[in-house]
Amino acid sequence: MLDDFLVRAALAGIAVALAAGPLGAFVVWRRMAYFGEATAHAAILGVAIALGFSISIFAGTLGAALAMALAVTSLSGRGLAMDTALGVAAHAALAVGLVSVSFLSGVRVDLSAYLFGDILAVGRTDLAVIWAGALAVLALIGWRWTALLTVTVSEDLAAASGIDPGRERLILTVALALVVAVAIQVVGALLIVAMLIVPAAAARPWARTPEAMALIASGIGAAAALAGLWGSYQFDTPAGPSIVVAASCAFAIGLAAPRRG
Amino acid sequence: MTLVAARGLTVRYGGVAALTGVDFEIGAGEIVTLVGPNGSGKSTLLRAVLGAVRPTAGVVTRRPGLRIGYVPQKLAIDDRMPLTVRRFLSLPDRHGTTEVAAMLGRVGAAGLETRQLIALSGGQFQRVLLARALLGAPELLILDEATQGLDQPGTAAFYQLIADLRRETGAAVLMVSHDLHVVMSATDRVLCLNGHVCCQGQPHVVTAAPEYRALFGHGTHGTMALYQHEHDHAHEGCGHGAAAGSEAHPHAHGAKPEAADA
Repeated sequence: MLDDFLVRAALAGIAVALAAGPLGAFVVWRRMAYFGEATAHAAILGVAIALGFSISIFAGTLGAALAMALAVTSLSGRGLAMDTALGVAAHAALAVGLVSVSFLSGVRVDLSAYLFGDILAVGRTDLAVIWAGALAVLALIGWRWTALLTVTVSEDLAAASGIDPGRERLILTVALALVVAVAIQVVGALLIVAMLIVPAAAARPWARTPEAMALIASGIGAAAALAGLWGSYQFDTPAGPSIVVAASCAFAIGLAAPRRG
Repeated sequence: MTLVAARGLTVRYGGVAALTGVDFEIGAGEIVTLVGPNGSGKSTLLRAVLGAVRPTAGVVTRRPGLRIGYVPQKLAIDDRMPLTVRRFLSLPDRHGTTEVAAMLGRVGAAGLETRQLIALSGGQFQRVLLARALLGAPELLILDEATQGLDQPGTAAFYQLIADLRRETGAAVLMVSHDLHVVMSATDRVLCLNGHVCCQGQPHVVTAAPEYRALFGHGTHGTMALYQHEHDHAHEGCGHGAAAGSEAHPHAHGAKPEAADA
């Protein structure tokens, strides 16, 4: 069954969607969209580094995403105005990555696979890495769930309950870098944030509790992955963007629906 | 037994000192009220006590394992996160349905469990915040202007509840309040803050201190007198209030502090 490239693509898309659901909910709640962009764009720089030093793409993107996320987190701890700093960091990382790749001689690299994803090229090993990463993210968020929620509602209330807000921020940072590293092949660096925030935003009207929102976001993401792949197959459209289009449709439907909570 | 102690506590926000060299401690079962003008560092002291703000200098020591219940001055809950009252009350520690229902009843917010947090009125929200703080069976309850949004009967009931809880559970209470007249009758110790500790002591001592009067004027004292009728007290309890000992001590016994507030 895993021999079929479409089946592997579907399984990869579902893995990313499952992990992106709960994490995306936090990205929405904590207004981390720009933070996500910076982290995701840094992955392109990671690709350049990986190709240049002949290490695995996964290691390169994970390292670059983690470095960017940690750098941005430490900046935000110092109370700098974040919008601008993040905007600069996000686009500088992308630009530096693209420029760096052009310096690489010998290999002719098709960057669009990393910018927009190449889900149909997911192999068995890729699939194993993607699922391992996705499960690690789910385990991490599941383990810290209550503390993360409390910190998101109020850092002061969390501190009063003996929860260290800095530690929980670090957990989210690591989870985000992991999702970026596993999702880059599926939807590409430019659309990773879309996989995080679009299903979560689409889930909001149907949820009355944070848990419900995270689960519904995972469900919508997985459905969008399947629908996008089907559309891509039917209409010969690029797979990653098709998945995001499907998720956006779910969001539009949610806008029209009456709110549950 | 001391629950929390601060020594030489200094907190700066981006170079601006909010608190300078504050010594403070609160013991088990004690009710301490912080008073002071806006920007005098009251909320900062509370947040330093509960560990939400790191001292720039000095130390804050909490008794290990101390259970703190905190009612913040405001809590910005927005529309992006769906959150029922029931779920909020179980953050971070789970509480049973009956326990939650009983506590909501106690704070005057019965039956709100399934409501969304953002759909509550200001007064209901304040009560839910108090319920959450109390569900953790706190040994120290920290209230930052917790009666905001409550009507007058609600405010009175609130302070009655705090007094009852202290009697039942022996919880200490540290609060910031602008309900001076109520607070003064229900508190063991008043700490007058203005970036530093101006003076502290029993309510009637503090309200007579010149440092306090410099901040709040004499009118407030007329209000106090409605609640305090001792005529033969000494003033030496107050930090730098030595000079206050010889001061004349006007008491207004009328129903209103009349012209004194002008």
